[in-house]
Amino acid sequence: MTISLDDVYRIAHLARVEIDAAHAEEVRTKLTSIFGLIDELAAVDTTGVEPMAHAQDASLPLRADAVGEPDLSARYRKLAPAVEDGLYLVPKVIE
Amino acid sequence: MFDASIAEMSASLRAKRFSSVELTRELLARIDALDGKLNTFITVDPARAVDDAEAADAVIAKGDGGPLTGIPIAHKDILVTAGMRTTCGSRMLADYTSPFDAHVVDRLARAGTVLVGKTNMDEFAMGSSSETSYFGSVKNPWNLAYVPGGSSGGTAAAVAARLVAGGTGTDTGGSIRQPAAMSGVCGLKPTYGVCSRYGLVAFASSLDQAGPFARTAQDLALLLSAMAGHDPRDSTSLDRPVEDYSRFLGAERGAKPLSGIRIGLPAEYSGAGIDGDVSKSIGEALDVLRTLGAVTVDLALPNVKLSIPVYYVIAPAEASSNLSRFDGVRYGHRAAAYSDLADMYAKTRAEGFGAEVKRRILVGTYVLSHGYYDAYYLKAQKVRRLIAEDFRAAYAKCDAIAGPTAPTAAFRIGAKSDNPVEMYLNDIFTIAANLTGSPALSIPCGFDRNGLPIGLQLQGAAFTEARLLDIAHRFQQVTDWHRRIPAMATA
Repeated sequence: MTISLDDVYRIAHLARVEIDAAHAEEVRTKLTSIFGLIDELAAVDTTGVEPMAHAQDASLPLRADAVGEPDLSARYRKLAPAVEDGLYLVPKVIE
Repeated sequence: MFDASIAEMSASLRAKRFSSVELTRELLARIDALDGKLNTFITVDPARAVDDAEAADAVIAKGDGGPLTGIPIAHKDILVTAGMRTTCGSRMLADYTSPFDAHVVDRLARAGTVLVGKTNMDEFAMGSSSETSYFGSVKNPWNLAYVPGGSSGGTAAAVAARLVAGGTGTDTGGSIRQPAAMSGVCGLKPTYGVCSRYGLVAFASSLDQAGPFARTAQDLALLLSAMAGHDPRDSTSLDRPVEDYSRFLGAERGAKPLSGIRIGLPAEYSGAGIDGDVSKSIGEALDVLRTLGAVTVDLALPNVKLSIPVYYVIAPAEASSNLSRFDGVRYGHRAAAYSDLADMYAKTRAEGFGAEVKRRILVGTYVLSHGYYDAYYLKAQKVRRLIAEDFRAAYAKCDAIAGPTAPTAAFRIGAKSDNPVEMYLNDIFTIAANLTGSPALSIPCGFDRNGLPIGLQLQGAAFTEARLLDIAHRFQQVTDWHRRIPAMATA
């Protein structure tokens, strides 16, 4: 499968990764070669095969519905690039 | 003392031949002298290491502690450590220090190990050469112009250069075993769920496992016994009885200790695409296993060749989801200039991630995007089942599968860095164990014409780590590949 430049910009937007025009063609070429590898799967007959999501077919455990962790939010906020009054700061989203 | 195995160091510490502080200071001096050439460490904390060592010496003086008390180790810089930064080899986390320890970090600290530092790696563990780190490439101690393998190349090369006797790595598609092979040391990827992923910065959650590096199978068993264990904070951590992974190693079984062991030899793990020197060394290693009493059985794994395309759908898909957390809001890098929130995300991620990480995020985003899910992700999960069925059938006929860990010995730095597909093909023999969730290890078994190490991979069905370690240990009792030292590390 050939990836187009439009595809590159579309998925870059979905992934929230800026791609500048100078590198877009290189990204397109490398993604095309990777999809060349991946496209080998199309030829495999998987009729009636159950998808395998996980190595162990065990069901996820449920824990008791009880508070088990202390409030560490102040400690976690210290890691953020910008905080104020206990809130994470981002550029204005609503005018 | 730097060349001793963990088991030997432990015996010397108990016999008071040297203290943990003396041992730690010697290894710190070696790091100081040699790591400028190797670049295996991103962070070294000598003061903390000496503090840990003093605490260990106090425990040993009282006659307490276990086999890892006072042993200096290093963690791959993807396992978070409270009070010591965790970068994942990325600009995104270049200044990040976790408020908590990963489960395996905590387990090894409780076992009395001394944390020397955090090792270099491919950015976010995405690579097979340890060249994509924001902190520069790691060099192979056997030849500084060559890669040490990856992504856990920092720990592998540090163990090979005798900067530490053991440490941790993580393995999503071969990132413990392949660098172990290329650096001439031992590495083990446990069964999925044996080691908690809590505090392992996620790459591909259904494939990631942490595991040990060391210079002997016996040491791998000691480290794994400390690392393994149930952890309710990882919902995929398995709640099963505690295992002593060393339990088979001490038994006296005469000249044929592997009698009754059936070693499977898949047709797909020999022949075309494998370097001649690698084939020769593997053949000789199999002869040693036969001499020790093992019998070999021919097998077929018809779908194993599809491991790479399956992996390069599933791993990027999971990575694109996992790495969406790096958005410049709660932690990590944030771009300095941006026009609005969307622009802040896009610029932060463009600046914070390197080229290979971005490529995998884009591949993953594409295969999960509207209209493509069935054709790629669901299809890959179905083929993953076919591969798992091949292995299930194989393990009905044998106790372990043997073959090369990688198709070649280490390659030159830069040789494959511009060709992602060629780089991906390195993992042809290692990926299946991640897809199937089964354990696998690599041990040194020879050298190629350039004097670079070759690794023998042993894989088994789920929860057969102790058996694989036994086979590896018996091999190491009658061979000395694991005792060879790179020339640069003999000083």
